[in-house]
Amino acid sequence: MSHVLANIRPDDWNFALFLHVLGAMLLVGSVVAAVGALLTPTIAGDPVTLRRFAFRTLLFAGLPSYILMRVGAEWLYSKEFGDLPDDVDEPAWVGVGYITADLGALLFLIALICAGIASAKSKNTLGRVAGVIVAIALIGWLVAVWAMGAKPD
Amino acid sequence: MSLNDWILSLHLLSAFAYVGAEVVFTAMIVSLWRTESTRRVSSFMGISRIATGLVLLGSLGTLVFGIWLSISKEPYDLWDFWVIAAIVLWAVAGGLGQQAGNAYGSAGMEATRLATSGTETNPALAETFGASRAFWFHLVSTVAILAILVLMVWKPGA
Repeated sequence: MSHVLANIRPDDWNFALFLHVLGAMLLVGSVVAAVGALLTPTIAGDPVTLRRFAFRTLLFAGLPSYILMRVGAEWLYSKEFGDLPDDVDEPAWVGVGYITADLGALLFLIALICAGIASAKSKNTLGRVAGVIVAIALIGWLVAVWAMGAKPD
Repeated sequence: MSLNDWILSLHLLSAFAYVGAEVVFTAMIVSLWRTESTRRVSSFMGISRIATGLVLLGSLGTLVFGIWLSISKEPYDLWDFWVIAAIVLWAVAGGLGQQAGNAYGSAGMEATRLATSGTETNPALAETFGASRAFWFHLVSTVAILAILVLMVWKPGA
């Protein structure tokens, strides 16, 4: 019975959850595009085009998606854990979500700046550095996706 | 952690791979909108291969793990309205997405061939990377995937 109840979510959480998941999915997609553009070798292609694509994708798709994910997360948190007494600990997966979101945001912003400079000044090495940094953030966010599903204690 | 928790995690990761790949393709289509440049189109072939791999992994994973969950997890059933609707939309999204992918993929390979032989522009590329049939297929496929996400969150009829 407790398993059945655990699967039932109040309907008024749905929109917040939708925004959170949609933002997270768009963020992951944007970052995959940027990592692919910055780290995939190109034979007949144009590296300048790829660096510009990566920067614009991070700026115009990744950044708004991160904000959407984070707003949805805070909204959902206030509904699910807003009334939690001070002496009761949050579940571990909530902590995983916050750590990866905060550290990921820092890495994302550093990568965004590096990708912007690499795009403007045509610096290939800096572009690759941005790709590696944002790839690390991506790995962290995928761990968060796993934790949101598996909900480890 | 139970087996169902792991399956739910894999279902979620598959969904992220699928939607992530759709985002990559959309970003590429926006970036290449009406371009005639063979070199620009050719630049995206590497990313396109990554996204194609993610679509395959993500679409199969969401279906297999999703059906598993609908059977093994209470209080859901495989014949619930939202599960059947999601499977139908999954098939629509997959079929149209594959059509779009074939058209864009062929254009990309042709662009790479022309770019390596020194041809800089090709007007046919602007047609494919504009409001072509491939574009509309991609758009409908993306809307279908968004509708699946709505079904997964609201679960009408559950």
